[in-house]
Amino acid sequence: MKLSIIIDNLESASSVDLVTQQNNQQAQRKAAMAVLAHAEAGEIAARLRALALPAHQNLREGENGLVMLRGRVGGDGAPFNLGEATVSRAAVRLASGEVGFGYTLGRDSEKARLIALCDALVQSSDFGAAVEREIIAPLREQLMTRRQQAAAKTAATKVDFYTMVRGEG
Amino acid sequence: MYVAVKGGERAIENAHLLLANARRGDPSVPEVTLDQISEQLGLAVDRVMSEGSLYDRELAALAIKQARGDLIEAIFLVRAFRATLPRFGASEPVDTGAMRVQRRVSSTFKDIPGGQILGPTFDYTHRLLDPSLAKGVVPEAPVTAEASTAPTPRVTDILGRDGLIESSPQAEDGASVGDLTREPLNFPADRDLRLQNLARGDEGFLLAMGYSTQRGYGRNHPFAGEIRFGEVDVEFFAEDVGFAVPLGSIELTECQMVNQFKGSATEAPCFTRGYGLAFGQSERKTMSMALVDRALRARELGEEVRAPAQDEEFVMSHSDNVQATGFVEHLKLPHYVDFQSELGLLRKLRQEFAEANAPDAMKEAAE
Repeated sequence: MKLSIIIDNLESASSVDLVTQQNNQQAQRKAAMAVLAHAEAGEIAARLRALALPAHQNLREGENGLVMLRGRVGGDGAPFNLGEATVSRAAVRLASGEVGFGYTLGRDSEKARLIALCDALVQSSDFGAAVEREIIAPLREQLMTRRQQAAAKTAATKVDFYTMVRGEG
Repeated sequence: MYVAVKGGERAIENAHLLLANARRGDPSVPEVTLDQISEQLGLAVDRVMSEGSLYDRELAALAIKQARGDLIEAIFLVRAFRATLPRFGASEPVDTGAMRVQRRVSSTFKDIPGGQILGPTFDYTHRLLDPSLAKGVVPEAPVTAEASTAPTPRVTDILGRDGLIESSPQAEDGASVGDLTREPLNFPADRDLRLQNLARGDEGFLLAMGYSTQRGYGRNHPFAGEIRFGEVDVEFFAEDVGFAVPLGSIELTECQMVNQFKGSATEAPCFTRGYGLAFGQSERKTMSMALVDRALRARELGEEVRAPAQDEEFVMSHSDNVQATGFVEHLKLPHYVDFQSELGLLRKLRQEFAEANAPDAMKEAAE
């Protein structure tokens, strides 16, 4: 949106800010979930102990179910159903009102609950920064290290082609 | 006629107890753990997840242990378990182009962007039994090298840029994705249903069907355009959350088969393709799947349907090993009443036969 338009429409400008803010928070929550889904429940729980947690309650007890995983024809075409995966989910509400959701592959409902708790904390102005610092950032670093190590092992199996010189020197 | 037969309860109970003991084997040998199965028999776990149509390593390992290593029995157990859980919904389609590749080879282009990456493969091994494994061995640590950050685009995407290969069919607006776990199969079946059927189909059956196309029963001149194996992220649009939430990642194998060209008066000739995708590292499965997927496109591509692999009703009705084993193995369950009626009929026929062929003297005597 052009600046001139924003100045002419102050009301919509503030709603644009709100949307941006929401998008930012959504991106932040999603990024945190992506890290947490790859961590073990025990690792998340251990790091949560470093925080003085606010009062919270389980809005939805951990529940196991299935998600149908989809691929695409040819990798980039129309979707098709590949097969299901087990998924656990939970929801947690902080006393201050923030509602967090936890979804993860597998059947570990305690992990889903911990992710939900972290998601609620990420949204809280009091805890958002601490959760990022104490939980998400170190777990992200761990995940990245693991991936880099795997990538380094894979890289050693890359084929270097060379052409044999034929005939006499 | 059905007749309720009672009895045999104690024999069944004792047989199952005996099975539990046979499963455990010699108690002086340590019991195998699910972690051991998952880590050291990983490809069996991958197969059970693929054909059990349920991605859950731990459950697949449990099923393998319970089934005493009978993978079709394990697949059966996983399918039965799956029926006990509610379905939350369907994931966003995974992006195999963004795969964290652990293996990626092309037999069509030597110099693909991102390179040929062998990864953990049986290829180029000598297939000699290794006695050191019998004793137990700690392998040397794998060699590492600097990982490239260059993207690894799909080979078909590269060919597609020049129009040399047909593009993937796109979904029509508002089209729903067929699901054969929800609706019974009808023929002709669309490609989404065919791929779902093949993805959970028996590896041995698909291997034989794919092989038959190579031997001339529905030949389609395949090249392995690309095979890749690695990790992809999964996202699920959760209504309660309001956006697509990351669920974690899964391992997949994808095979892009590049096949003989087609063209027409209005369309320039281009390569056609077959597609394979399966859970875990399942190379033989995805290659076979891609061959059969291509063969099943015969009708769509205006080819004559003559071979079994081109016949979608034949392929799709016989690919599922749980259905197949159920029907074949039910033959061993009691059929006493059925058999009695057959026996009665046979005796009657034999009597008629004997009477018709009896020597005249006997007939006269009888008269």
